[in-house]
Amino acid sequence: MADQVILLDFWPSSFGMRVRIALAEKEIQYEYRDENLQDKSPMLLEMNPVHKKIPVLIHNGRPICESLLIVQYIDEVWKDKSPLLPSDPYQRAQARFWADYVDKKMYYCMSRIWRNKGEEQEAAKEELIESLKVLQGELGEKPYFGGETFGFVDLSFVSFYSWFYSTETCGNFSIESECPKIVAWAKRCMERESVSKTLPHHHKIYEFVLQLRKRLGIE
Amino acid sequence: MGEVKVVGSSPSLFCYRIEWALKLQGIEYEYLKEDLRNKSPLLLKYNPVHKKVPVFLHNGRPIAESLVILEYIDETWKNNPLLPEDPHERALARFWAKFGDEKCLMGAWAALCAEGPEKEKAVETAMETLNYLEKQIEGKKFFGGKTIGFLDLVIGWIPHWLDVLDEVGGMKLFDAERFPCLHEWAQNFIQIPIIKDCHPPRDEMVAYFQSSRQYMLSLAAKK
Repeated sequence: MADQVILLDFWPSSFGMRVRIALAEKEIQYEYRDENLQDKSPMLLEMNPVHKKIPVLIHNGRPICESLLIVQYIDEVWKDKSPLLPSDPYQRAQARFWADYVDKKMYYCMSRIWRNKGEEQEAAKEELIESLKVLQGELGEKPYFGGETFGFVDLSFVSFYSWFYSTETCGNFSIESECPKIVAWAKRCMERESVSKTLPHHHKIYEFVLQLRKRLGIE
Repeated sequence: MGEVKVVGSSPSLFCYRIEWALKLQGIEYEYLKEDLRNKSPLLLKYNPVHKKVPVFLHNGRPIAESLVILEYIDETWKNNPLLPEDPHERALARFWAKFGDEKCLMGAWAALCAEGPEKEKAVETAMETLNYLEKQIEGKKFFGGKTIGFLDLVIGWIPHWLDVLDEVGGMKLFDAERFPCLHEWAQNFIQIPIIKDCHPPRDEMVAYFQSSRQYMLSLAAKK
């Protein structure tokens, strides 16, 4: 019996992008459904009643929520192709640690930058730059966070690359000048089809941010 | 299977869940006690990113973040699996573990530190999160089924710590009438020998949460 895979998602979401990249890496056929987050579908509310958030992966009728959990699920079920997590338990633990670090920092800092001005924005910028430097340190001279191959941490983090431009523009700073190796790494990831075909163009994201700021009354 | 050490501090519930996992697996370990007011060079070396406990050391190699450590223990010592085998069940266990830490624990903490008109709202929000756990445990002895597993260890702060949070916070989050199944689970959980013999003294938890609460209130007053 063929697998039925549906992804409930929202096109600018970095969390959703992680799942899209994972599905592309594994060459899994799936149905993509873009949600209107101002008017959530009955399916989303049924499949993620706790958080009512995207992304939600529905595999043969069963939902999985939380982007990093979905990616791990995909890696465990479709295990014969393009492993995303390392096979060694210690390396897996390091991968989970760093994906968790990205989770704790990226969205929290970036959203505070485009949602605010003044002191709050400056504090968020400082925290973001510091976090990016920590990640840059972890990357070191490796081509990817996973080493020679693209993996779990790369996927978890590169999904924010589309948002760099908006964050820089709103915050009036340059991520490339602060963390050149991070931008070089992101461009390397963009050479992979799974990433380049998933990530929206950064101008599209910027248009979205401007609309969002307008709706939230930020100027 | 190598040398195991845990860098930890009582009454950190994150550290206790690691000790419970190790005892469940029958793994010998050395506990390196940390004074969090005066962090050791060892802690700063092995967890430079967060500078927090617990840190798990296996043959000298460090792992930080309690949920990451639990998964490592599960994958390395396979005699007594903590996580279910089925990928969907595993995803659910991980989902509820994350929910427990991010919503229930943080909810209880927010209620502890809230005052005045915000207190009632914080208490109700915290209880709503506990209601989700109540529904999850309904009809089961443990979150792991007939025996304890990953999720029981992660939610295992509730029986001892939540009671103290309630006392210090002047609230009643862990209401037996509203959460009868969760209460029954808690009673079963603390009877397990390794859990019974491994939890912080109550007065230590009371002192810790009292001083934490004072500190948070003083920060709020400065704003």
